[in-house]
Amino acid sequence: MSKFPNQTEKNAKSVEEATALALDELGVSENEAIIEVLDEGSKGFLGLGSKDARVRVTVKEPSVFAAKKFLGDIFRAMNMEVDIHTDMTGESLNINLEGDDMGIIIGKRGDTLDALQYLTSLIVNHESKDYVKVALDTENYREKRTESLLSLSNRLADKVAKSGRKYTLEPMNPYERRIIHANLQSNAAVTTYSVGDEPYRKVVIAPKNSKPYYRKTYHKNNGYNSNYKSDLIKSDEF
Amino acid sequence: MKEVLEIIAKALVDYPEQVSVSEVDGEQSVILELKVAESDMGKVIGKQGRIAKAIRTVVKAAASRENKRVVVEILQ
Repeated sequence: MSKFPNQTEKNAKSVEEATALALDELGVSENEAIIEVLDEGSKGFLGLGSKDARVRVTVKEPSVFAAKKFLGDIFRAMNMEVDIHTDMTGESLNINLEGDDMGIIIGKRGDTLDALQYLTSLIVNHESKDYVKVALDTENYREKRTESLLSLSNRLADKVAKSGRKYTLEPMNPYERRIIHANLQSNAAVTTYSVGDEPYRKVVIAPKNSKPYYRKTYHKNNGYNSNYKSDLIKSDEF
Repeated sequence: MKEVLEIIAKALVDYPEQVSVSEVDGEQSVILELKVAESDMGKVIGKQGRIAKAIRTVVKAAASRENKRVVVEILQ
């Protein structure tokens, strides 16, 4: 049984009243629901033979409904007023949060936002037969974070290329690591890889092979020697 | 934040009626003890504790709004 009941039936004197009761119980508006009239009811005559109207109201998008309900309950318990905007496109559910104090919901480097996104995804996919990808965002945090990761990785790549020394970044989630790998993939001077285990896996930006090899040869012989050139050619060939 | 933990746990498990949270107040921090049905343990812990970690992160955020420190313990 669903923990977020998405259907209810109500009796009342009129169809309108019964519908209003049902919508109120589910907490959705008329255009988010399918309304079926099971019984029109009848007024009867002088109070005799009167019959209640009966309607069945079903939420159109159960997974969206579950996500909204879940997040709404959490924010209410936190005494936060947050508007939850949802957009279901194909198999992805985009949720945007709006309100004051969004910093608390984002958390340190987005960890609270990621945690909420993960929990929401578990709940949505418990409700839905097909896998739904849940993306949670507020105040364009995701876009801003992507931009700062791009500029950070460009800056560090320059530094690594100049110094010839590798640089290890702070731990990041797979999504953020991928942004950096993809960004530096076409960089001629550096290469990237990840080290460590989740959730402490980190990206390393390292200079491409030729440079350290060249340096090593150079230092070992305390300066230029005749072997150096052939070594370099060898390393480039293989 | 006790309520936040209850909401999350109840949403994740198969037996929400068996979810209970008790609050133990310490000097500096609050300890929240979460109990769920035995068969639901996996639902609140997850592979390599991933779900437990996400729950703790959200409850900590709720606590920080009340300027409190919180420890979430999942009891066997």
